[in-house]
Amino acid sequence: MIRSRNLLIGGTLCLIVVTAALLSFVWTPYDISQMDIPNKLQKPSAAHWFGTDHFGRDIFSMIMIGARTSLAVAIVAVGIGMGLGVPLGLWAAANKGGWVDEIIMRGNDLIFAFPSLVIAILITAIMGASALNAIIAIGIFNIPVFARLTRSGALSLWEREFILAARVAGKSKPRISAEHILPNVANLLIVQGTIQFSLGILAEAGLSYVGLGAQPPTPSWGRMLADAQTMVSFAPHLALVPGLAIVTAVLGLNLLGDGLRDLLDPKIRVART
Amino acid sequence: MLRYALKRALSLLISLAIASLVIFLVIEVAPGDPASYMLGINAQPETVAALRAELGLDVPKMQRYLAWVGGMARGDFGTSYTYRTPVGQMIADRMWVSLPLALYALALSTLIAFPAGIYAAARRGKPGDIAVMGATQLGVAVPNFWFAMMLVLIFAINLRWFSAGGFPGWDIGFFLALKSLTLPAIALALPQSAILARVMRSSLLDILSEDFMRTARAKGLSRRQALWRHGLRNALIPVLTIIGLQFSFLLAGGIIIEQVFFLPGLGRLIFQSISARDLIVVESVVMLLVFSVILVNFLVDLAYAAVDPRLRSRT
Amino acid sequence: MTLLSVENLSLNIGDTPILRDVSFTIAPGEIVAVTGESGSGKSMTAFSVMQLLPEAAHTTGHIRLNDQDLLSLSEPQLCALRGNDIGMVFQEPMTALNPVKTIGAQVMETILIHTAMTPDRAKEQARDMLSRVGLPPDRFPLSRYPHELSGGQRQRVVIAMAIALRPRLLIADEPTTALDVTTQAQILDLLKELVAEFGMGLMMITHDLAVVSDMADRIIVMRQGEIVEQGETRALFGEMKHPYTRALFEASGHRVDLPDAPDGPDPILAVRNAVRDYPLPRTRLFAPREHHRAVNDISFTIHNGERVGLVGESGCGKSTLTRAILGLEPLQSGDITAFGHPVGPAMNPALRAGLQVVFQDPYGSFNPRHRVSRIITEPFHLLPDPPGGADRDTAIATALTAVGLSPSDATKYIHEFSGGQRQRIAIARALIIRPKLIIFDEAVSALDVSIRAQILDLIADLSRSHTLSYLFISHDLSVVRTVTDRVLVMKSGEIVEQGVTEQVFSNPQHPYTQTLIAAAPVLPDLSHLKENSHVPA
Repeated sequence: MIRSRNLLIGGTLCLIVVTAALLSFVWTPYDISQMDIPNKLQKPSAAHWFGTDHFGRDIFSMIMIGARTSLAVAIVAVGIGMGLGVPLGLWAAANKGGWVDEIIMRGNDLIFAFPSLVIAILITAIMGASALNAIIAIGIFNIPVFARLTRSGALSLWEREFILAARVAGKSKPRISAEHILPNVANLLIVQGTIQFSLGILAEAGLSYVGLGAQPPTPSWGRMLADAQTMVSFAPHLALVPGLAIVTAVLGLNLLGDGLRDLLDPKIRVART
Repeated sequence: MLRYALKRALSLLISLAIASLVIFLVIEVAPGDPASYMLGINAQPETVAALRAELGLDVPKMQRYLAWVGGMARGDFGTSYTYRTPVGQMIADRMWVSLPLALYALALSTLIAFPAGIYAAARRGKPGDIAVMGATQLGVAVPNFWFAMMLVLIFAINLRWFSAGGFPGWDIGFFLALKSLTLPAIALALPQSAILARVMRSSLLDILSEDFMRTARAKGLSRRQALWRHGLRNALIPVLTIIGLQFSFLLAGGIIIEQVFFLPGLGRLIFQSISARDLIVVESVVMLLVFSVILVNFLVDLAYAAVDPRLRSRT
Repeated sequence: MTLLSVENLSLNIGDTPILRDVSFTIAPGEIVAVTGESGSGKSMTAFSVMQLLPEAAHTTGHIRLNDQDLLSLSEPQLCALRGNDIGMVFQEPMTALNPVKTIGAQVMETILIHTAMTPDRAKEQARDMLSRVGLPPDRFPLSRYPHELSGGQRQRVVIAMAIALRPRLLIADEPTTALDVTTQAQILDLLKELVAEFGMGLMMITHDLAVVSDMADRIIVMRQGEIVEQGETRALFGEMKHPYTRALFEASGHRVDLPDAPDGPDPILAVRNAVRDYPLPRTRLFAPREHHRAVNDISFTIHNGERVGLVGESGCGKSTLTRAILGLEPLQSGDITAFGHPVGPAMNPALRAGLQVVFQDPYGSFNPRHRVSRIITEPFHLLPDPPGGADRDTAIATALTAVGLSPSDATKYIHEFSGGQRQRIAIARALIIRPKLIIFDEAVSALDVSIRAQILDLIADLSRSHTLSYLFISHDLSVVRTVTDRVLVMKSGEIVEQGVTEQVFSNPQHPYTQTLIAAAPVLPDLSHLKENSHVPA
């Protein structure tokens, strides 16, 4: 029954975060573009569920819009990683041992050698701090993750007899990759995708925290934490709430990933680093 | 074994060469002229020209790259434009904070993760396992810099057991200095140990279902003896990979944690030089971090060979 | 005097009954074979005696070793017994040894955990045991790691570990199933010698009646968790009271009724001086890449309507040759022509349509996400104008009917079929575009004997109805003997002998063929047994 519990809790947490993000497009409890200095740094109350920040803005509203930023960055980053990594991995596996494979795998090793955060910092430092550059920086590091995963999943499939049978039926490698390989590595990709999604949220929060992610006035969980740092001694809720929001989203995605794995194929291994 | 080590060493050198080229190109190719970038938009053309000459930007790129790499190989990282001091010296000072922090965190993470992972694997499906796995699930989800802030809130601000930040230097005594790195190290280590414990557990569970574990039981070893004598060493192979990856993560993760605790490490240096547009320092720090990651991966490769005889004989 | 006595043993795992009322005995020095098809519970019987069962297992009855009831012992008492009084040898020698420990350390471990011997003395004894099983320390030092040994050598190490303390009972679970036939013969001889020398009881689990027919003192036949018949080997073969025993015996030595091949030479496949190399990993960084010659200068021809066998042990190059004939991989020199046109990766679809294949693994041969109709019509891809609509449905129905399945099976997924049915589907896929030549690549090797007999009959029937020409590749001599007209014997990438099947088998010329045939286990001649079955042994 563990599987359904993971899926249930994870799915519920994700649903809460996604709903908050979508709802924020049409409605938030307060307008966060308006400062309300007299009401600054209020503790959580019935009027302001999560309290207010140093400008008197409603934290609950900011968290909702922050969810939007986090999800957007993570979705696009995972999209970049899958969109480029999966075809590369399929290609490398179909031409195993060839120069394409060699270049893709060496390139992967090289990207793995760079501490991702450092390079993300470097990229945003040079290209300028913005949500878009954060997305690119995070996305680049998703490419080798998916390329590697797809390649290793596909390699073992290429040894299987049903692939040989397809080759005997005269099908080309790209066609076999699309028709036989991709559907059979899809489970793997879905499970790793949710994990990369959660890592993307963590990375976005980290970059925003050091000021290299989403720029003001766009609210983001990481920036809210950075703003809270100097006030943590007298207004701990400023730091507590965005942190819990990050934990909720990441925990939800991880549990969802585990639940999906148990549901789809318990033998799938995910990488978390 | 020697042949294996030499082969890995060669691949280390190649990785370094390519990595340095990539970093050089990123800095070079990026937006426009490094000298005008470093001086900002209001700089006088003469000042820019002077800086170009000082940075050696007027010589061909290839020559400059070789000079940069050659300099680093001799330990000469150039001179910081903003601070007018040798970059090598600046890095060395900061290294004495960042490296001990990363090692401290790695030690903590391993010390927590190994027993937790082994415990959970040995009690698979029982309450102990479920509790440990639940805790790691939470640990994986916590951003380390937020965890750091919470530690400061609890242990520095409320309980006053530790100072909230800063580093007094190693001169005040080893243990006092270590104490000031303790909260940052815990903040870095706990989320990492959650990952490591999960890997340890799943790796052990994989091994437990191997045929040779059944052979060991058929010899008359108890479950526990079989786990210790035959399981652990085999399970260590994937765990080593993760430890290698984690070291780079801890060095880099340290950059953000240093911000939380105001530690004078490489992280602060890199942020200061980014805001001062001091590309020479940025370039060198990044190269150094990449170098340490590649070096650690090399050491992990050697550790593999020590653990797994199949690698030693495969030449 | 009995050594092991199993009485009314029943085993459930969770709610699933695995064994029911199993009773038998083994005396010291006696070899008792437990045989049956998959799912018969034979291996679980062995693991029950070892008391190495999954956690959810529940056992009732008695398992007495001398006078101790194993089911009443505590786990520490059982640990003291395992390896000391009962030794066990496993099926898969490639994975049964710990890859990171030396063979010496692994044999010594058995000795050190049960005795107070010093490590030096234990080492001495380990060395003796390894020499005894045929691994003399001058050629196989104790410091070797498992990956440096072949499968047969590893199995010897496993045996040395099991017998290091001269246990009273040795359990061997399919000890030769993963080995080549010549290695199998050597390991069986070794086990026989050890039983005689140490006076151990040997409980031998096997799916292959022929393996135990000239070795076991007694045979126990199991089916679906129950013993259907047991008795002294000769008497059991002579009487075969239970119909299942008889069915099993007949299926094991099944001979099909193969129609005569059409006369007149009409070559459809010609392999001439074929050479296929594989690059080996570089031994030194800048050394020129070395190659392994998997197929070395092979030539043969297959004529229309001919059924040709290809036998050889693992690693002899059979699979490489198959892939080259199917045009999946290029040759380094020589050539292959089918129906007069060259075969290779670039060959045209029409030529490919003439060559189809049936693979070994009934589980890996199909995309699990496709329905049967999509699976068996995949070769239509080769046709310039593939049938559609009703024609396609008719083609599917015809192919499924031809292999003994129902047209309604077309809409099912592959996991709904048993192993034997899956091989029928694989044959349907090969047949659907009416190829001129089919390659059976170990097509019956993964099947239980009774299913294997049915598939062989199907192949014979199809030969009659469709005038098949095929190349039947197998390591199993008895199968090749019954379904082929001509046979090629392959060793280390070369064909060492070829000729009319019956002639090669009854009068092999090449020493390798002679060894192979001598090593292959055979079932006893029934007519001979029947005459002698009432004569006291």
